[in-house]
Amino acid sequence: MTDTHYDRGPGDTLPFAQAQAQAPSGVVIYTVGLFLAVILTATSFWAANTSLLWAPGVPLGLAVLAIAQIGVHLVFFLHITTGPDNTNNVLALAFGMLIVTLVIGGSLWIMTNLNANMMPSAELMNLQMQH
Amino acid sequence: MSIAVTFDEVGHQALPSASEAGPASKRIVVTYGFWIFLLSDIVMFSALFAAYAVLVHATAGGPAGAQLFNQRSAAIETACLLASSYTCGMMSLAVGSRRRAATYVFAAVTFVLGAAFLALELHEFAGMIAIGATPQRSAFLSAFFTLVGCHGLHVTAGLIWLVVMMAQVAVMGFRPSASRRLLCFALFWHALDIIWVGLFTVVYLMGVAP
Repeated sequence: MTDTHYDRGPGDTLPFAQAQAQAPSGVVIYTVGLFLAVILTATSFWAANTSLLWAPGVPLGLAVLAIAQIGVHLVFFLHITTGPDNTNNVLALAFGMLIVTLVIGGSLWIMTNLNANMMPSAELMNLQMQH
Repeated sequence: MSIAVTFDEVGHQALPSASEAGPASKRIVVTYGFWIFLLSDIVMFSALFAAYAVLVHATAGGPAGAQLFNQRSAAIETACLLASSYTCGMMSLAVGSRRRAATYVFAAVTFVLGAAFLALELHEFAGMIAIGATPQRSAFLSAFFTLVGCHGLHVTAGLIWLVVMMAQVAVMGFRPSASRRLLCFALFWHALDIIWVGLFTVVYLMGVAP
């Protein structure tokens, strides 16, 4: 097999010859990822149920923890890195995240505005939203 | 990252750049295409998340999330899916070094954990439907069943795919086509876990938080 400076497929580690030399470190990467994910998940469940934290700030904290955990999964399980062989994967991911942000953020923004501006009273809002 | 470092140590000066090296190998093209599919799948899920977030208070006088969701069962489901993601990674390593027995063992553990997740979710759905919290009850419940049910359908598809892949490994061994498909399966399974992270946060934690 000739060595060429190809891009790396998403989720792929290394060609077989190098992958075999890397086998123990592969286990380490997945285990570190699992460890971090468990910590973040446990923190999320704790934060949602504790009374120690300021309640209105909890949803924001949960969102941050979720995004952090998604990052952990991407790096340690899907092997998305910042290396030069991963540029295509990262660009595709960035475009996907842009669309996700637009869809979720845009929907919430416009619906909040509609609810705030176009519904004169709480009763009418209940009529509108509860059917 | 240790992988990036060793990859770089191969020596850049000896390697032609990607444009000089000709077309990329099929393994790279296939997994990249599958990565694009996964991202589009995540975009579809983002629409379902948006619908759920908009409709979460539209309960039409019916039960709200705080009365319906059981955090203990959500936590067990999360643990099952996270552990199965880990064993799926172990399976990928076994495939990479062509250890057939280890591949079967980790695939079996992945399947059992995924099936346990699905059983818990179906049990939860059945309990909700039994007390009248059906998808027809309110816009909130329609959005809930669409979002969580769609993820559940993906998990079901993943379980079927895993069984098919093990049959292929048994028949064909680790020939390149089979190991490409196994890599795509691993991507799919990890992506499902990523969606579940958003899902348990938005639905089960934010929905129950005061």
